[in-house]
Amino acid sequence: MFQVFSDFATWIVFDLLGFVAQTKLGDALHFFVEDVSKIFVLLLVMIYVIALLRASMNVERVRDYLAVRHKSTGYVMASGFGAVTPFCSCSSIPVFLGFTSAGIPVGITMAFLITSPLINEVAVLLLLSLLGWKFTALYVLVGMTVGILGGVFLDAIKAERWLQSFAAEALQRGQSQIEASREGEAAVSLSLVERHQYAKDEALEIFGRVWKWVIVGVGLGAALHGFVPDGWIEAHLGDGQWWSVPAAVLVGIPLYSNATGVIPVMESLISNGLPVGTTLAFCMSTVAASFPEFILLKQVMQWQLLAVLFALLLAAFTLVGWVFNFATQYI
Amino acid sequence: MKIFKVLGSGCAKCSKTAQAISAVAEEKNIAVSVEKVNDPQVIMAFGVMRTPAVVVDEKLVYSGSVPSRGDIEKWLADV
Repeated sequence: MFQVFSDFATWIVFDLLGFVAQTKLGDALHFFVEDVSKIFVLLLVMIYVIALLRASMNVERVRDYLAVRHKSTGYVMASGFGAVTPFCSCSSIPVFLGFTSAGIPVGITMAFLITSPLINEVAVLLLLSLLGWKFTALYVLVGMTVGILGGVFLDAIKAERWLQSFAAEALQRGQSQIEASREGEAAVSLSLVERHQYAKDEALEIFGRVWKWVIVGVGLGAALHGFVPDGWIEAHLGDGQWWSVPAAVLVGIPLYSNATGVIPVMESLISNGLPVGTTLAFCMSTVAASFPEFILLKQVMQWQLLAVLFALLLAAFTLVGWVFNFATQYI
Repeated sequence: MKIFKVLGSGCAKCSKTAQAISAVAEEKNIAVSVEKVNDPQVIMAFGVMRTPAVVVDEKLVYSGSVPSRGDIEKWLADV
């Protein structure tokens, strides 16, 4: 079903622009046009369809739901909601405070916030179309596990003592009120027209935000595809040397992208022979550990908690990489 | 004079919201004050989790996206 994009790229690059197939530049350009056109169409269609379905889902309802949940199931629920609830990373502070002031433990809130950038419906569908369902399932599973265990760990070390004082007070107030009945807003029921309007806005809004990341991501992928000598990655990093995983995580930190932009790079790295674990480690680090995000979080967390969180993510991604490199030898 | 506050942590949509309110008010010749607020404590106090959010005269009226022109006109018309 994706053949049409390949034909489209052939038409533009070889027929219209006159590049020659089987040359480095020609192939790289073909790859670029094919992937960008494919991803753009997929994005617009998929965001619209998904937004149509989940139009009445929002963070307020997630909060009300989590506030009355038992702790042990809370981590899993929070991580699951993080995967499916849309929210822009510029909202992470209000969401953090909203959850906290509802008395939700820090670990559960963080399970939500860690999983959210790692997994979203757009990333999942892109993964499905570019890398297949096995890899997608793996990615979702690992992303949620990192979120859940990260949350459990943060509560185990009593991370709430390192909140900024106003946030800590809000948490205490919230927890003492938790018994009081929470008057949830009546679930909004939306008409089809409203759903369409929401989905259209959402599709255009998200597309407007991520299209440049797609170009950058695919451009990098195309450069890798066309210009890194065949077999170079495979020869130097293909055995999943143990140090290559932490190195990939470190390289990923200063790079900041969202999941949509990094997936074309993943596709290219894997097809060039980079082991799956190393690729996953690199991509998760790019998406979830970023300096801008940490600077924002400084408003609600003291530096001790930020440092713990940072170390936690790095350790988690490195472990993920090692486990996958090890496991794929036996699959 | 109505006092508008746009709550948000400095994202692009927050500036857009503030600009939209000012523009509509100016067009209709209504004097307003539009202030962008990015203090997380204030945002929390209004219970807002999706930004940008709009507060008119200390009352939260909108949250989650850039408001439509119709919304803004309604807030300006309400006395």
